[in-house]
Amino acid sequence: MADDNNIRIKVEDLTLIFGKRKKEALELLNQGYSKTDILKKTKCTVGVNKASFEIKKGEIFVIMGLSGSGKSTLIRCLNRLNDPTDGRVYFKEHDITRDSNKQLLDTRRTEMSMVFQKFGLLPHRTILENAAFGLEIRGEPKEQRDEKGMKALKTVGLEGYEDQYPAELSGGMQQRVGLARALANDTDVLLMDEAFSALDPLIKSDMQDELLQIQNKLHKTIVFITHDLDEAMKVGDRIAIMKDGVVEQIGTAEEILTDPATEYVEAFVEKVDRKTIITAETLMFDNPIIVRFKKDGPKAAIRKMREAGVNVLPVEDNDEKFLGYVWLEDMLKLEKEKAKTVESALNTEVPSVYKHYTVEEMLPLITGHHHPLAVVDDEGKLEGIITQTSLIIESTRFDDKEMDKLIGEANEL
Amino acid sequence: MEKILPIGEYIEKGINSLEQNLSFLWSAIDDGISWLVENMNDLFLAIPFVIILALIAFIAYYVKAGNKMFTLSGLKKAYGLTIFVILGLLLIYAMGYWEEAIQTTTLVIVSTIIALILGIPFGIWSAKSNTADTVIRPILDFMQTMPAFVYLIPAIFFFSVGNTPGVIATVIFSLPPSVRLTNLGIRNVPGDVIEAGRAFGANENQILYKIQLPLAMPTILAGINQVILLALSMVVIASMVGAKGLGSIVYQGIQQNDIAKGFESGLGIVVLAMILDRITQSIGSKK
Ligand SMILES: Nc1ncnc2c1ncn2[C@@H]1O[C@H](COP(=O)(O)OP(=O)(O)OP(=O)(O)O)[C@@H](O)[C@H]1O
Ligand SMILES: [Mg+2]
Repeated sequence: MADDNNIRIKVEDLTLIFGKRKKEALELLNQGYSKTDILKKTKCTVGVNKASFEIKKGEIFVIMGLSGSGKSTLIRCLNRLNDPTDGRVYFKEHDITRDSNKQLLDTRRTEMSMVFQKFGLLPHRTILENAAFGLEIRGEPKEQRDEKGMKALKTVGLEGYEDQYPAELSGGMQQRVGLARALANDTDVLLMDEAFSALDPLIKSDMQDELLQIQNKLHKTIVFITHDLDEAMKVGDRIAIMKDGVVEQIGTAEEILTDPATEYVEAFVEKVDRKTIITAETLMFDNPIIVRFKKDGPKAAIRKMREAGVNVLPVEDNDEKFLGYVWLEDMLKLEKEKAKTVESALNTEVPSVYKHYTVEEMLPLITGHHHPLAVVDDEGKLEGIITQTSLIIESTRFDDKEMDKLIGEANEL
Repeated sequence: MEKILPIGEYIEKGINSLEQNLSFLWSAIDDGISWLVENMNDLFLAIPFVIILALIAFIAYYVKAGNKMFTLSGLKKAYGLTIFVILGLLLIYAMGYWEEAIQTTTLVIVSTIIALILGIPFGIWSAKSNTADTVIRPILDFMQTMPAFVYLIPAIFFFSVGNTPGVIATVIFSLPPSVRLTNLGIRNVPGDVIEAGRAFGANENQILYKIQLPLAMPTILAGINQVILLALSMVVIASMVGAKGLGSIVYQGIQQNDIAKGFESGLGIVVLAMILDRITQSIGSKK
């Protein structure tokens, strides 16, 4: 049982096998046979293979993988449109795999709603009637469901279309109706199976933004399926990557990019535009050596630089607030002048960023000067330093050697 | 040639025993159908011709024009059928066959209603269950390929002569399309819409009434149209067992070698068929 009530859905060793000889296939699976072997031996397809994960309240949990990897099969187990062959699905700590038919209908009516790739709208009903469909199934009176349906249509920006029919709307708008239908039920959980995959790229991007906005307001628990990694990275708080029915890795976009668990995941994430994913937190080196503003003079600064093997160091005041940088050449000058503090050589006009800044956002900040980027918290305290070189390496994906060569060439100019 | 397997004899025996053992059922059915046909007939004949003419013309106009009834575009759409209906009914009246036309129409209506009451549920059943489908399908093939005259024999046997055997034979002959097209319509409802219904917690009844039947309706209506036309095509055959109406005039025409009679009543049937066909087709093609 899930003991943390922050957890909405918990899946334990979930296995789903298609075919007639399920028992036999399950046995073989437990003995460690592969999906292809099992298909050969029993003519059964392993749709999902011992998946385990937890979905937290209020998060967007993305399940992604190539076509046929078992994403739809898995999400359909969550509301039991597919009946799991083995394993458990807990919803709010309650095991729904053992529910009676009536309990199941109840769960679908009041706890989870679904958005489909092919929209699944009823062509003979108006937009409003479609949006209120779930409420009608639930048996709510007409007036009440019209009101809720209208509210949901408003949320997705379809006010004024309520009396039209699905065929009169564009694909993007039809999917808005699909989303409104799910929202109208006001369930905590939304299951979205490739909800945006059928849409044009631009409309798709709009819908993603809209979903994030809605999520900001409503804080639903969303299970979002996609085969598009960029989409997964954009909307997902956490991502599960599936291959051949197996969940290969679960983590945030950044965790998956920086630390792929398997070769498959690595190959998968290679093509991603990392600039929009990798953040300052990953790139910075934390606990950098610092120069204390009032305490350390030029001599101390020079010593620290020699120790660290660098020619620039951040400066902090007594409250650990970040002030700026001092450079080795300036320190050497000050030392000659026998200055007591580093004050006159402190560069304060330097860029600082927060931990969540992405590479894409940081790149513009390093033009026109040589200073590293300081990563600070809300109170201005220094958390780490990002050198310009590491930022460029990250954004170009050159390795160190190529980088050295590039720098060498640049110096020759 | 020698008969090795006398199937016919077995059927005869079976029908004989059905006749004797369930006689209360047959007489009840006979009473019911006769009552319905006679009363409907009397009702229609009690209404003056002009009123029926106006009513059917209005129906024709309405099914064509729909909610654009009072606009010019509605008028443009519907005037053709309306004028045809008026002229057609006037022609039948002028030929002196109004009463027979009413009798025929009544027969068609009653047969169609019975055929639909039986056929649509069977259609739903065979759409929902593959087993039912595999059993029902060959029976329908059998019903449709069997020459229509053959149905007259058991019909007379159970119900002697009159309207009832005519209705029964007509029902058997015209029922298959309603089963087939209901089945087809429901099976053709896209899977993703049904899945959406299930995901929102619809039970089997809600799926049937809120999703499958509405989406299958155009196909089911096409089935109803076919049932009506098949029923009408049976009127001459039904008249051979004593059903009244235009069919029996045609039959008389054949027997008396009366070309005028045969032509007029035949023309009446064609006009009726066209009116019924166009009106029901327009219902089916509307949204
Ligand atoms: N009803 C079914 N009967 C038999 N096998 C099935 C059935 N549905 C899916 N499968 C098989 O299960 C596996 C997983 O399919 P699934 O539809 O879950 O993949 P998916 O990740 O959703 O793919 P896509 O991106 O194409 O939607 C596939 O090998 C598929 O062929
Ligand atoms: Mg899928």
